Amino acid sequence: MSSAAAIPAVVRLEHVTKTFPRGNVTALQDIDLELAPGEFVSLIGPSGCGKSTLLRVIGDLVEPSGGVISVNGKSARQAREDGDYGIVFQEAVLFDWRTVARNIALPLEMLGWDRDRRRARVREMLELVELSGFGDHHPWQLSGGMQQRVAIARALAFEPALLLMDEPFGALDEMTRERLNLELLSIWEKTGNTVVFVTHSISEAVFLSTRVVVMSPRPGRVAGIVEIDLPTPRTAETRDSPMFFALVTRVRELLRSRGEHLLPEEEELLEADR
Amino acid sequence: MFDRLRVPATVVAALLALVGLWELYHWVWTTTGWTWPFVVNDTSMPHVWTIIKAFGQPAQVNQPSLIVVLLHKTAFTAKEAAAGFGVGAVIGFVLAVLLVHSRLLQRGFLPYIVASQTVPILAIAPMVVVWVNPKLPGPLQGWGAVAVIATYLTFFPVAINTLRGLQAADPRALELMRTYAASRRAVLWKLRVPSSLPYLFSALRLSATVSVVGAIIGELPTGLQNGLGGAIFNFNQYYSIEPQELWATNVIAALLGIAFFVLVVLAEKAVVQRSPEYVA
Amino acid sequence: MKRIGEWLPALVVFVLVVGLWEALVRALHVHQFLLPKPSTIIRVFWTDRHTLWPAGWYTFKEALGGFAIGSGLGILAATLVGRFRTLGKALMPVFIAANAIPIIAFAPIFGAWFNPISPHSKMAVAGVLCFLPVMVNTLRGLQSAKPRQIELMRSYAANELEIWRRVRVPTALPFVFTALKVASVLAMIGAIVGEYFGGALNALGVVINNAADVFQFDVAWAGILVASLLGIALYGAVVAAERIVLRWSPS
Repeated sequence: MSSAAAIPAVVRLEHVTKTFPRGNVTALQDIDLELAPGEFVSLIGPSGCGKSTLLRVIGDLVEPSGGVISVNGKSARQAREDGDYGIVFQEAVLFDWRTVARNIALPLEMLGWDRDRRRARVREMLELVELSGFGDHHPWQLSGGMQQRVAIARALAFEPALLLMDEPFGALDEMTRERLNLELLSIWEKTGNTVVFVTHSISEAVFLSTRVVVMSPRPGRVAGIVEIDLPTPRTAETRDSPMFFALVTRVRELLRSRGEHLLPEEEELLEADR
Repeated sequence: MFDRLRVPATVVAALLALVGLWELYHWVWTTTGWTWPFVVNDTSMPHVWTIIKAFGQPAQVNQPSLIVVLLHKTAFTAKEAAAGFGVGAVIGFVLAVLLVHSRLLQRGFLPYIVASQTVPILAIAPMVVVWVNPKLPGPLQGWGAVAVIATYLTFFPVAINTLRGLQAADPRALELMRTYAASRRAVLWKLRVPSSLPYLFSALRLSATVSVVGAIIGELPTGLQNGLGGAIFNFNQYYSIEPQELWATNVIAALLGIAFFVLVVLAEKAVVQRSPEYVA
Repeated sequence: MKRIGEWLPALVVFVLVVGLWEALVRALHVHQFLLPKPSTIIRVFWTDRHTLWPAGWYTFKEALGGFAIGSGLGILAATLVGRFRTLGKALMPVFIAANAIPIIAFAPIFGAWFNPISPHSKMAVAGVLCFLPVMVNTLRGLQSAKPRQIELMRSYAANELEIWRRVRVPTALPFVFTALKVASVLAMIGAIVGEYFGGALNALGVVINNAADVFQFDVAWAGILVASLLGIALYGAVVAAERIVLRWSPS
């Protein structure tokens, strides 16, 4: 699962920096990262480490102050304009005035697909996220977890190479979160996207990813990378395995090793996660 | 099933209660002879039955019954109000769309749009009608000037509320549209306009009523006989003789105002698939 | 410095519009009859102040009276109906529909009740115009207390009166002030338009109407200016009161 030199990186970041003028905050400093196609990479770290900013830089929603980014071999802006990635936020951000089906169809409408093609694809996506009977429902009729599944379906509807996820399960309860983790993995296995996944849950990061990028704050930078070579397919039992526990510990140590930068509250947050 | 009957049933119950209270007040005040806040007799407070009977009788000799006459006048006034409402709503909407895309225009014009709400537009209604009337093409004269008043009264609340609605789009949804590299037009029609609909309808509910009021008031100075405003004015002259006719006219006017309002509420239910919150 | 930048565009528009108005009327020579120049209006506003200003004050008193009585009764009615929650919720659609009735149409009837010349008839019009929006909004405000907060108060074993004082009333206040702002505008309009159906000779609405009847449009427009200023003044007074009472509110 390591990045082979022959396969071009889907995302490449070189010396990427981002300073916010207001408050003189260095959100990202000298980030070097390469993501191979088909990887599932988690970005984890305490608040202020820049993980969400990094995600947005990749998605051309935030302009870096310095450095070079290439997504799918193009500039980040070009990649966004070409629709090379789908994004899922912490809130589902569904349109209340559209049915579930029409919400999923939104990017397809923007791309100019005709009605039949849209309908077929929406049906596929509903099956993929196991919401087949809910096409005619409205967002407010669904639970939080179901809404996020719709958001995932929407993000994957146009088959982007890259999937960006910003703490998508952060607002959900733990049981729903664990269930959605499994679902996400099975979806990922079917679609083979490259996924960049932001989270502050160590166990979630280890469970889902092929690599975990640990970041530390002030200034935001990469503290270390942990290769996750847990066997696939990963199931609920995987969480109980000693290997899982060891990896979680390794990630936690990495987070704490930059501990002189962690505020006591941030320490607690990481502790609370098992 | 009973749920759908609840609102009409409450309305009917309220009406009956109102009629009951009316007659009760009439009876108590005439029996005791109290003169505050005003003297109560059959002229100042005709019996409800008298008013209802008046609908069936002609107001003047050799004329059809009052209800028929009033319905014609209602249609006339309704035409003015509807035309003004429609045109005003469109102008207001277009204005809002223009303003949402230019902060400069917003800062230039918004203070006036807000301040204009405090100008007693209705007070200048008579003058507007006198001024505009000669400028209109033939068939539009008369009622067209009154429709202009309704337009004026409608487009300010519609513009300002629609603008607020267009600006109220969820910033995260706006970010989502950026990930689709959406054009400004796509963002407008797929995001801003749909999320502005509740605000737009809130303004339309208000404007529906105000258009009717504007139409009635606007008819007064021109002496337009064909509308409800004219009827109110005329029956006012005969009030001491035939009070029930003015009351009957007012009942019809009230129903017209309510009808416009209900139509907008129904339209909102049809367009916006959520249950509309009742915003006064 | 930034604040000036915010006001500048509005100022520019004002100057442009007034300037254009003045220029067009001068240049075209038409409609000076019906739509006088701003300079004329201001001039008449000043020269005729001995008729206009007292007339404005007379009508303003009618509006103020109606505003006070109507709003007061509205708040009272809302408080009463609010005590019986199910009644309030059931009657809400009725009140909102009633709000759609063109009250102005009843102005002649109020005239018949209170004598068309007397200010009381106009006060009644203004009062009824204010009553409904104030009542509906106050009621809604009283109904909008968060259930979580009520629960908290119950955990303190608070009785109904305390819950009203500490939760329902403060929650309702912003709604009340919104309604009062609307009512302040309606009161003035109600008083003036009511006077179109008949009123004392020294009432502003009558002055405006009579001036318009004899084609003295400059006087009529100056009268409108007086009316607007008074309406804005009443609105401003409500806003000032709101700022004081609602100092804790973020909006």
